[in-house]
Amino acid sequence: MGTHTVKLPDVGEGVAEAELTEWNVEVGTIVQEDDILATVMTDKAAVEIPSPVAGTVQSLGGEVGEVLSVGAPLVTLEVDGDGNTAPEPEAKEAAPLPVETDDEPSDEKPEPKPASEKKAEKPEPKKPAKPAPVATGGPARGEHDRPIAAPSVRRRAKEGGVDLRQVRGTGPAGRITHEDLDLWFSGSGEARSGGGRVANSAVEEIKVVGLRRRIAERMAEANAHVAHITYVDEIDMTELERLRETLNKEHAGERPKLTLLPFLMRAMVNAIAKQPAMNAHYDDDAGVIHQYGGVHIGIATQAPGGLMVPVVRHVEARGLWDSAAEVTRLAEAARTGSASRDELSGSTITITSLGALGGIATTPIINRPEVAIVGVNKMQMRPVWDGTQFVPRKMMNLSSSFDHRVIDGWDAAVFVQAIRRQLENPATLFVED
Amino acid sequence: MRDISCKVLVIGAGPGGYVCAIRAGQLGLDTVIVDGAPLGGTCLNVGCIPSKALIHAADEFHKLDEAAAGNTPFGLSASAPKIDFAKTIAWKDGIVERLNMGVGGLLKKAGVKSIRGWAKFVDGKTVEVATDTGTQTIRAESVVIATGSEPVELPDLPFGDRVMSSTGALALKEVPRSMAVVGGGYIGLELGTAFAKLGCRVTVVEAADHVLPLYDAELVRPVLARLEELGVTVLTGAKAGGIDKKGLKVDHGGESKTVAADKVLVTVGRRPKTEGYGLEELDLDRSGRFIRIDDRCRTSMRGVYAIGDVSGEPMLAHRAMAQGEMVADILAGERRSWDKVAIPAICFTDPEIVTVGLSPAEAEADGHKTISKLFPFQANGRAMTTAREDGFVRVVAREDNHLLLGVQAVGAHVSEMAAGFALALEMGARLEDVAGTIHAHPTHGEAFHEAALRTLGHALHI
Repeated sequence: MGTHTVKLPDVGEGVAEAELTEWNVEVGTIVQEDDILATVMTDKAAVEIPSPVAGTVQSLGGEVGEVLSVGAPLVTLEVDGDGNTAPEPEAKEAAPLPVETDDEPSDEKPEPKPASEKKAEKPEPKKPAKPAPVATGGPARGEHDRPIAAPSVRRRAKEGGVDLRQVRGTGPAGRITHEDLDLWFSGSGEARSGGGRVANSAVEEIKVVGLRRRIAERMAEANAHVAHITYVDEIDMTELERLRETLNKEHAGERPKLTLLPFLMRAMVNAIAKQPAMNAHYDDDAGVIHQYGGVHIGIATQAPGGLMVPVVRHVEARGLWDSAAEVTRLAEAARTGSASRDELSGSTITITSLGALGGIATTPIINRPEVAIVGVNKMQMRPVWDGTQFVPRKMMNLSSSFDHRVIDGWDAAVFVQAIRRQLENPATLFVED
Repeated sequence: MRDISCKVLVIGAGPGGYVCAIRAGQLGLDTVIVDGAPLGGTCLNVGCIPSKALIHAADEFHKLDEAAAGNTPFGLSASAPKIDFAKTIAWKDGIVERLNMGVGGLLKKAGVKSIRGWAKFVDGKTVEVATDTGTQTIRAESVVIATGSEPVELPDLPFGDRVMSSTGALALKEVPRSMAVVGGGYIGLELGTAFAKLGCRVTVVEAADHVLPLYDAELVRPVLARLEELGVTVLTGAKAGGIDKKGLKVDHGGESKTVAADKVLVTVGRRPKTEGYGLEELDLDRSGRFIRIDDRCRTSMRGVYAIGDVSGEPMLAHRAMAQGEMVADILAGERRSWDKVAIPAICFTDPEIVTVGLSPAEAEADGHKTISKLFPFQANGRAMTTAREDGFVRVVAREDNHLLLGVQAVGAHVSEMAAGFALALEMGARLEDVAGTIHAHPTHGEAFHEAALRTLGHALHI
C-alpha cells in the first residue's frame, strides 16, 4: 500500500489558482481511475478534476470555497503499490478513518481484517457522497421522510400555512407537538399579522461560491473602478420588425429564426467603424487603452448557475444568419455548462438584454476592462406623435453604459444615435460605405 | 321547472357524496345533492351495511347450529334451529331503510337540498337531472363527482336469474342449497362465508393461485383454516366458464369440472362509475380507469372535484367519507389537503382481517429497515373466553426509531380494533407508546399491547 497525492493540475492557460466549488468524494470513498474527485472554478468555467489512479481517499486538500494554487495537494489516495508520496507516519495517524454510514453509531468496533483478505476483496466503487443537508432549524429527518405529527397538529399547520418539514419535532422519533408548532408560530416573539399569515424569521446562510462569487467580485470591481455613465434612448423598431418578420417568413424552416440580436450586432459593428474607441479595453493599471480591430461581442446570458458571457468573435466578418447561428450555439453552450474557456472570454464590447422581462430602462454594469455595454429593454407598441396625430409604433429603449473615464458623454450619445439611425432605417444596416 | 343555482353540487349520495354535502351544508354553503338511487349509495344500500347485517344473522344462526350439533366447548345446546330467511332480509332492509332516512334527515338538518334523479353533465358547471317530474337544470360554482363504482360482470357469466352480483346476493329471498362464488376477494369470501354458515354449500373459484390477494399469506392462513372448517371448498388456479343446469363449469388446472351451484355469485371486482352521466363532455384527465385527482381531490377541470371510488383505490367507504369532508372544507375556503398516514381496511370474513399501514413486506419494499412481531390470540385471555383462539395481532415498526409503520390483525371480532390501530399510526406512535398505554383486561386489544412489547423484546404473556 502506498500513498498517491493528486495535485491541482493546470486547469487553464495562465491560471495560477482555482476556487474549489464542489467535492465529489469524501474521505473513505473508493475511486477508480478517471472518477471525478472535485470541481474547481477558474476564471469563468467550471473544471472537473478526474483521478489519475484508483485508490481510497485518505484526505482532502481543502474546503469548498477555498482557493487552491496550481500544484497544491488536492487529494491523497491510498493505492496499491508504492504510490508517489513517501509515507508520513504522523500524518497517516491523523488522517480520518473511513466511517461507517449507518444511521446510528455502532458501539461495536469493526473487526480488523487481515491484510491479505482485504487485498483479495475487490472494492465496490462508492458513489460520490451527497453534501450533508444544511440544518435550518429542522430535525435530522431523511429527505423523503414525512414529518411525524398528530392530525390536529397537521391541520393547524396547514391552516397556518406552515410546511411541517421545516418545523423541529421535539417528541419521540422527532414527532412534532403542538408546543413545537406554538414555538414556530411565535417565531422569536414576532406577532402574527392576521389573515393566517405567519411571520417567518428563518435566516438561511448561503455561501457565495463558484460562479456567483466570481460574478460578485467582477461586478463590484467594475462598479468600483469604472465611472459609469448610462444613456437611455428610445428607438422606433417598426421597420426593423417588418424586415425581420419578412425574412423569417421567407426562410421559415430552412434557416434559424432571426431575433433582434444579429441586427443590433450589425448596427454596433457599423457604429464602431466610425467610433473605434468603443471597442476597446482600458488597462487602468498601465494607463493604456487597447483599441481592437476585431469586434468580439459578449452576450450576457442567464445560465442555471448565474450570469455568463459567451463571446461571438469577429462579428465584423459575419453575415446576419451567421451571427444568429453563433449566438444560438453559444447561448446553448453557456446554459448547459459546456462552453469552453475560450468561448467565455475575449469580448471587446458586450450586449445585455433583459428585454423579455419588461422594464423601461436598466443601468448595465460594464464588463470590465471593456468600455461600453449596450442594454436592450422591452419592445412594446406605444403611441407616437408623428406631427399631426398619434400613431402606433413598436418602440424599444436601449440603455447603454460607458466608461466615463475614457469616453465622454457626447461620444456615448453619438454612438447610440448611430445605432438608433440604423435600426430605424434598417436598409442602412446593409449599405456599404 | 325553474333552474337551480347553487354553490356546491354533489353528484352521488353515497358515503363520500352525502358526507361532503352534510359538511358543506354545516359550513353554510348553498348545497344540492343529486342521486337517482336511495340515499347512502352502494355502502348503505347494497354494500357494507346490508352485508354486515347478513353476516351477523348468519353468525347467530351458525352458533345455534353448532350448539344443536353439540359442537360448543362450553356446553350450549339447542334443538334444530331454523332461520326464516325472508324475515332476515326484511330485518336487513329495515336497517337500510332506517339509515336511508337518517341520511335524509342529516342532509335536511344541514340545509342541503336533495334531489332524486339521474344527473347528466351539460358542461363543467351545469347538469341536467331527470326527475319524476321532469328535467331539472342545476348550475353550480363547484361540482363534486361522487358516483362510486359498480360490480364488474364476466362475459361468460352475465348477471341474470342464477348469476348474481353482490347486490343480488343481498336480496335473495331464500338460502340457496349450493352457491359458486367466482372471485376470491374480500367481497366473495365475506358473503361466501355467511351463506356457508346459513347452510349453503359454497365453492369459491379463484383464477389466481391464492385468495384475498390484498393480504399476505400469514394473515390469510387462519381464514383458510376456518373456511375448511365451515365446509367451504376453495379452488385456486381455477377459471370459471359458463353455467348449465348442473352448475358452474370450471377449468381447474387443465381439468374440466362442474361445481354444483343453484346460484353463482360473481365478485371479480368493481369498476369506477364514469359512464352514463355525460362525463365524456368534460373530458377530465384519467388515471387508469379512475378520474385523476390531486391531493385536494381537484380534477383537471377547475371547480370540478372527484371523491370516493370514482377517484381511485382503495375503494373504501371511509376513504370516500374523509375525502368528502375535506372537499367541503376546501370549498368553504379552508386550507386542507390529503395528508393521511393510513387508510384502515377490514375484511369481514371469519375470522376478520384488519390492516392499517404497511405490511412487513411493503415496509421493506419502501426501503425501511423494520422490526416486526406478532402476538397470537392463543395467549390472549379474552380470546379463550370466546372460544376463538385463532389469529394474531402483528406490528411493524422502523428499526431505528421504533415508529409504527403498520398493524395487522386476524381473528374473531378484530374489526373493532381497527380504530385503535389507525389512531396509533395517525398520531405517529412508537412501539414504546403502544407498550406504554394501558390496554383494558380482558380484551382482544391486549394482543396489540403484547405485540408491541414482543417487538421490543419483552413480551409478558408469551
